Amino acid sequence: MLNMNRKQKKMLIRICISAVMLIFAFISKKTGLVPQGGTFGFVFYLAFYLVTYLVIGYDILLKAVRGIANGRPFDECFLMAFATIGAFALALYEKSGDYNEAIAVMLFYQIGELFQSYAVGKSRRNISDLMDIRPDYANIEEGGSIKQVDPDEVAIGTVIIVQPGEKVPIDGVVVEGSSSLNTAALTGESVPRDVSEGDEIVSGCINMTGVLKIKTTKAFGESTVSKILQLVENASSRKSHSEEFIARFARVYTPVVVFSAIALAVLPPLAKIVFSLGPAMWSTWIYRALTFLVISCPCALVVSIPLSFFAGIGGASHEGILVKGSNFLEILSKTDTVVFDKTGTLTKGVFEVVDIHHATIDENKLIEYAALVECFSSHPISKSLLSAYGKPVDRKRVSDVKEISGHGVTGIVDGHTIAVGNLKLMNSIGIEAQDCHSIGTIVHVALDGKYCGHIVISDVVKPTSKKAISALKASGVSKTVMLTGDADKIAKKVASDLGVDEVHSELLPEQKVEQIERLIGEKKDPSKVIAFVGDGINDAPVLTRADIGVAMGAMGSDAAIEAADVVLMDDDPLKIAKAVRISAKCIRIVHQNIAFSLFVKFSCLVLGALGIANMWAAIFADVGVMVIAVLNAIRALRTKNI
Amino acid sequence: MKKTYKIDVDCANCANLMEQAAKKTPGVADASVNFMALKMNVEFEEGADEKAVMKNVFKACRKVEPDCEIEF
Repeated sequence: MLNMNRKQKKMLIRICISAVMLIFAFISKKTGLVPQGGTFGFVFYLAFYLVTYLVIGYDILLKAVRGIANGRPFDECFLMAFATIGAFALALYEKSGDYNEAIAVMLFYQIGELFQSYAVGKSRRNISDLMDIRPDYANIEEGGSIKQVDPDEVAIGTVIIVQPGEKVPIDGVVVEGSSSLNTAALTGESVPRDVSEGDEIVSGCINMTGVLKIKTTKAFGESTVSKILQLVENASSRKSHSEEFIARFARVYTPVVVFSAIALAVLPPLAKIVFSLGPAMWSTWIYRALTFLVISCPCALVVSIPLSFFAGIGGASHEGILVKGSNFLEILSKTDTVVFDKTGTLTKGVFEVVDIHHATIDENKLIEYAALVECFSSHPISKSLLSAYGKPVDRKRVSDVKEISGHGVTGIVDGHTIAVGNLKLMNSIGIEAQDCHSIGTIVHVALDGKYCGHIVISDVVKPTSKKAISALKASGVSKTVMLTGDADKIAKKVASDLGVDEVHSELLPEQKVEQIERLIGEKKDPSKVIAFVGDGINDAPVLTRADIGVAMGAMGSDAAIEAADVVLMDDDPLKIAKAVRISAKCIRIVHQNIAFSLFVKFSCLVLGALGIANMWAAIFADVGVMVIAVLNAIRALRTKNI
Repeated sequence: MKKTYKIDVDCANCANLMEQAAKKTPGVADASVNFMALKMNVEFEEGADEKAVMKNVFKACRKVEPDCEIEF
């Protein structure tokens, strides 16, 4: 039933045996099976409880002894050993015959440890399942048959075969076949991506429909999938402030509690004796001191805080958001200002035909003529026209093409003289063109010497950009800024469409860095964070300079993965808000755990000192708190509906 | 030179102690233990013999946590 390792199973058996023995002793006492009175009863129960105690706690005792031998006296094993032996001795001294407490403390401590190790193992597995993108083999063709080889051994330029249902092991280019790819493990995007011959393909995707032959362009170690796995596996090595705080706290806290316990055991009775305030009540104070020792274990914090971060990073990577370290998750949650690069981040970065004005002929016909004339040009505008036309081009229909640099193109299509270009071209061939107020690149078209309309081409805003800006506002970001190298007019239009607060246009790359520096310099509260989101290609200096750099659409781009602190695998700007929310949830859980554990521990310490909380409350303060904190930490893994 | 080793250890606090122990070992420039991934990243000092250093790291870790394992 339970996925336990050998160690855990052994512990479970020990817990069960000692629990049964405890119950047996209890029943036997109540029913008088072995009478308690007399020397025989006393020795029998002492021996029986002692055996039970050793069954459950022998390893703790051993570790405690070893800890002292190695000069490290204040570890948790020592505390547990000392507290339980103390409780045992006290019961012996008082002749109460009640050894239950000592054994119960040990029993619950072991249950807590077992639970913790189980929970950690489980979330460890959960996260590695989430990131189950590591390919085990690559298929290569050898002498007509397909052979499975270690992806590490495949040289660059080898043709590999990926069958439907298999993972793409290495980055490459499709040389044969077409298929749909499931990129969910990489991007969190559930819509499959279609690929065919000539398309670049990244490792880690799952081939769904057809057989693909792929020529590898990278070695396995340099492929996307390896990079991502490395990144995720190394992520929690960069420790956050909360983790550092807890580690420091644990180092101070335990000795302080131990010395307080000693003081508690010795000082009040001594004071009573010295000032003759009644009986010393040594055993009462020693009992209280032992309670102290049980509470003192810092496990709840030491385990749950790194676990929360680990789970948060794991959950985020499942959504296609790679966070490079716990510290970045922590910083991300404090994001106050988000600075965007425009092209490729908020806009698609691809120029598209967005409008046609004043067409005197059919609009489709207008596009067709323009596309045909431009079909020999390599200018980005001609690409946009061709993609708007969308059909294969019959180049035989086009002749006499003349490209006039800085003006446009003229040529003959189906016997018609076509001129396609800017206002200057129209003026130079003596055609009166309609001016346009739209923002973007205007392509005027003339047919047989007559003006027949213009086409508006511009970079289009991503469909989710507007929603992304408002989602960021809703997740607590107070300011959004857009930086762009584009013309002021275009930048202002995009900014106002999307609801961006501040816009700076016509910037050179180094001016973008200056803008970030200005924003960082202007902030009044140093804990507020300025995040920069870019598409990573030429934004590396800005990504590094910002408090936190987010690269998006980074699938396959090494430079971006290197430069950024957070990497969004796909290019959906909505993911930025999601990343902020995931980090906020994770940090909330961390704070809850810190506050809850410390509150319960300190209350129990105070109550224990006053004699109100007994050893059972102490067990709750130790083990119960840890179990609750671990369960809470695992919540950070759930990121689906944030 | 940086290397990553697989480790086995039961508790987070012990992992922290292993990190401290590894950091103090001669030949180690920096070390960090990732309890969740059960990995130890070790940055060696220039010219250090990796195998010999790791032997000492393992010894030091065994001292603080008798149950731990390091694969190297």
